[in-house]
Amino acid sequence: MTTGFVFAITGGALFALGAAGIVLIGDLMRRILAFNLMGSGAFLVLVGLAQRYDVADPVPHAMVLTGIVVAVAATALALALVRKLHALTGEIELPDDADE
Amino acid sequence: MTSYELVPLAVLASSLLPGLIIFALPDGWVGVRTSLNVFAAIGKLGLVALLLDGVAAGENYGVRYAVLPGLELSLQADALGMLFITLSAVLWLFTTLYAIGYLEDKPRRSRFFGFFNLCVTATMGISMAANLFTFFVFYELLTLSTFPLVVHRGTDKAMKGGTIYLAYTLLGGTALLTGIVWLHHLLGHTEFAHAGIAAALGPEYAGQLKIIFLLLITGLGVKTAMVPLHGWLPQAMVAPAPVSALLHAVAVVKAGAFGIVRIVYEVYGVEFAQSLELLLPLAIFASVTIVWGSLRALFQDDLKKRLAFSTVSQVSYIVLGVALFGPIGTIGGLVHLVHQGIMKITLFFCAGNYAETLGIHKVSEMDGAGRRMPLTTLAFSIGALGMMGAPLTAGAVSKAWLIDGALAASMDWAVWVLWTSSLLNAAYFLPILWRAWFRPVPVAWPEEHIPRHGWRETAWLLLLPPLVTAAATLAAGTLSDSDVTPLAWAKLIAEREYVGRSVP
Amino acid sequence: MNEPLIDPLVWLILLPLAWATLAFVLGPGRGGWLAIAGLVAQCWLAFNLAQQVSAGVAVVHAVGGWGAPLGIDLAVDGLSAAMLLLTQTVALPLAIYARSYFKASDPAGAGFWPLTGFLIAGMNALFVSADLFNLYVTLELVGLAAVGLVAAGGGAQQVAAALRYLFATLVGSGAYLLGVALIYGVYGTVSIATLLPLVTNEVPRLVWIASALIVSGLILKTALFPFHFWLPPAHGGAPAPVSALLSALVVKASFYLILRLWLGPLQSVLPAFGWLLALLGAAAIFWGSWQAIRAVKLKRLIAYSTVAQLGYLFLIFPLLAAPAALQAAVMQAFAHGLAKAGMFAAAGVLIKATGQDTVAGLAGAVERLPVTMFAFALSGITLMGLPPSSGFLAKWQIIQAALAQGHWIIVVVVLAGGLLAAVYVFRVLRLGFLSTPENVTFTPVSRVLEWSAFALAAASVLLGLRGVELIQLLGART
Repeated sequence: MTTGFVFAITGGALFALGAAGIVLIGDLMRRILAFNLMGSGAFLVLVGLAQRYDVADPVPHAMVLTGIVVAVAATALALALVRKLHALTGEIELPDDADE
Repeated sequence: MTSYELVPLAVLASSLLPGLIIFALPDGWVGVRTSLNVFAAIGKLGLVALLLDGVAAGENYGVRYAVLPGLELSLQADALGMLFITLSAVLWLFTTLYAIGYLEDKPRRSRFFGFFNLCVTATMGISMAANLFTFFVFYELLTLSTFPLVVHRGTDKAMKGGTIYLAYTLLGGTALLTGIVWLHHLLGHTEFAHAGIAAALGPEYAGQLKIIFLLLITGLGVKTAMVPLHGWLPQAMVAPAPVSALLHAVAVVKAGAFGIVRIVYEVYGVEFAQSLELLLPLAIFASVTIVWGSLRALFQDDLKKRLAFSTVSQVSYIVLGVALFGPIGTIGGLVHLVHQGIMKITLFFCAGNYAETLGIHKVSEMDGAGRRMPLTTLAFSIGALGMMGAPLTAGAVSKAWLIDGALAASMDWAVWVLWTSSLLNAAYFLPILWRAWFRPVPVAWPEEHIPRHGWRETAWLLLLPPLVTAAATLAAGTLSDSDVTPLAWAKLIAEREYVGRSVP
Repeated sequence: MNEPLIDPLVWLILLPLAWATLAFVLGPGRGGWLAIAGLVAQCWLAFNLAQQVSAGVAVVHAVGGWGAPLGIDLAVDGLSAAMLLLTQTVALPLAIYARSYFKASDPAGAGFWPLTGFLIAGMNALFVSADLFNLYVTLELVGLAAVGLVAAGGGAQQVAAALRYLFATLVGSGAYLLGVALIYGVYGTVSIATLLPLVTNEVPRLVWIASALIVSGLILKTALFPFHFWLPPAHGGAPAPVSALLSALVVKASFYLILRLWLGPLQSVLPAFGWLLALLGAAAIFWGSWQAIRAVKLKRLIAYSTVAQLGYLFLIFPLLAAPAALQAAVMQAFAHGLAKAGMFAAAGVLIKATGQDTVAGLAGAVERLPVTMFAFALSGITLMGLPPSSGFLAKWQIIQAALAQGHWIIVVVVLAGGLLAAVYVFRVLRLGFLSTPENVTFTPVSRVLEWSAFALAAASVLLGLRGVELIQLLGART
């Protein structure tokens, strides 16, 4: 088992943990953390699986960098929204959705 | 674009464009709207006359437009279509005049006449459709454009009638569409042709073709108001009288009956339909409707509802004629398409006059109406006698041909159906006539809206249309041997549909 | 190679980026005219591009002169040209609508123009991207801009809807990204063209997992039943121009991506999911229609109608062997895009005029706002699939494809869905035809709003007469 593969397996596990967190956790701050965990998992898989040769493959590195930028942006947006929700309702959990 | 392509389009445009312009007009612009309506209706008549002349001479007026590869909107003026189109265009003019008189000073007139014009556009399209797809397009357009007319009054009752109307017609439309796509899938096209197109499929398709026939007839049977698909028609009576005329005589039920004619003669072909044993069930279906409609009419006190059930019964005469295998029955059915239209529109115009002038809505309120409104009642009497098949009226001609057709097809039981229906017609029309002519005038009318002016018992725009159509009912009955009657044209169609058979 | 000075491919991405940035610099609520001017140019570019593709010209652009595998390739075929066309032609009338919808000081419109610009740039980039990773980036760009638009309303319900949408879209694109990572791990490339010959009938298990991840991520973003939970609050709660953009266009982007992979690199793997997707599509049609029939709020009704209409898009997957199925999908995307944009726009007018977002508040609307109700009705005709609308052609094509392959069940679903649509459309229309209650007042509404809604709705019906051109574009071999 190569190091890359270990990274990939770990990445898969992190992804699953993060995804489960987003679905199951009500607290929005922890949900945002879970999302970041999920994203990191995907990046680990991307880099880890590509390490089949001795030479590092630059393409996934470039992709992960891009991915991190996207994740940062998404996190910022999520935080801004949670702040706004907190300011409006005093809660950091999602209210029930109602059609009235 | 040649004039052969242009004229069918112009027939559509002559009501589509005025309709769209009328939508944009403010309600107060009575003069502009009225002249647009009347000129459009007259212009359309002119165009139809042009087509009629061309089709009689064997010219080919048609236009095609592909919406998808292998799926074309196609219009074609043929003898059968011209029968319907002429009926609609002529009755259209009178309905428009009547509606102008009827809606005087009522709100939402622009909307009303806009949809009114869309309706007749759809009817023109249905008449000229050269394939089932095109037929379906205009058939659904007719459904959509009649809905606002049915609910025009905007009351809860109107809405209930309109909703029932929609439920029936949309379900029917879905059945029809299923039949059409299925047929299109099997054949690769759905172009109408004399002697039909379905016979091209081998005998192994007989089962599928029977199901398709059932789907198509169910879809069309809704608009034709065949029992048990007729439930919407009496409910739709909440609409204003010109709309009832439109539903019962000019467009809607006629579109259904006309569709059945097309399916039997030009999709399946009457001989092929006979060989699939489809005509007998259709005849039984029609006969049940004829008797049931008449029976129900007997028990209606609401005048318009009585007329509505009468329509249920009478329109199926057309279907019965179509289902009687042989040219004589065909002629009877086709000629009744026209005759029923003229007679029924007379009756609805008159019913509208009673309601608008004196506030009479029920048969039990009809006492003495003939003294107060002799001309309207005269027209009503002619229409009613025609429905019974009394001599010298248009009804007598259709009934005679239908009975001969039934005998020629050795379906003697159908003769009994027709006689029973005539008796029932008499049973529900004669009491109305008796009340109107021979019972004393009541102390006060339910609600007198329009006072008498000398000989003019009501507004002249309300009086003129029923008198003209009543006169036409008599003319069609007495001049049936001449060359310019619906009968002569029906014979021409029968000649073309029964290729190679002798037609009387 | 002799590059033309105006490469429509690049400008379709640069233009919206440019006007979005300018609008941001100009300040809150400003830049509407810029956007409209930009969209006019984009429409022209998209038509131009479609004509080129239709004529069989191959349109490819290597960004910065770097080609694949290292650089980013942009490529256009009939499918993407069609989607580009749809995006620009829906966005332009909506921009005109939005400019008069948002009053100058309306906080809900503050971020509208920059976000819309980024959204459209992201969509356009998505439609022309030719590698899986670039598709991921564009997918995120679209998702984030869309979330921003949903939140723009500023109310607690809207922020909550935006957050719900944000998490859904992030999980969706996360799953997609993991799938792409696995595919890169197996094949060492993310270029669609390079992958095409590599993915054969015998693929490693990892590719199956990757495909499952990609498809589930994308159907979550497309709001296919049962992943539609985020859509009704987001689309029903946002301001009308935003709802229109999201329902008409944004959900189509991830659907396009499934279709692109299905017909392209993953064509030997994805068909295994065909019936599952069709089943979910059928469930979406029934569930969405049922919820629309029951909805209390007008915009909620329309949002659930979107859930139902998206279901039709997924019915085509088991049928893709017949060319009619792809044609049906694109026709349905157009039909729904135009009609839903028109319907939400009309709903926006009705809400402004009646001051409330309920179906019951519409009594008398036909009399007071005839143009808007006409627009609603025309959109409804397309959604019901009645002729001669584009919705009818889409249904006709699905049914023909289903019959040709003997799948009767799909025919039944399509026809039943049309009837259910009729129930919720006429639920609105029949109320509109009631006489106006006496205690109700209608606020006057700008004509621009009414007529831009009408234009979209009318286009959805009239497109039904131009099916031949669209099919020609799809069939173009480049």
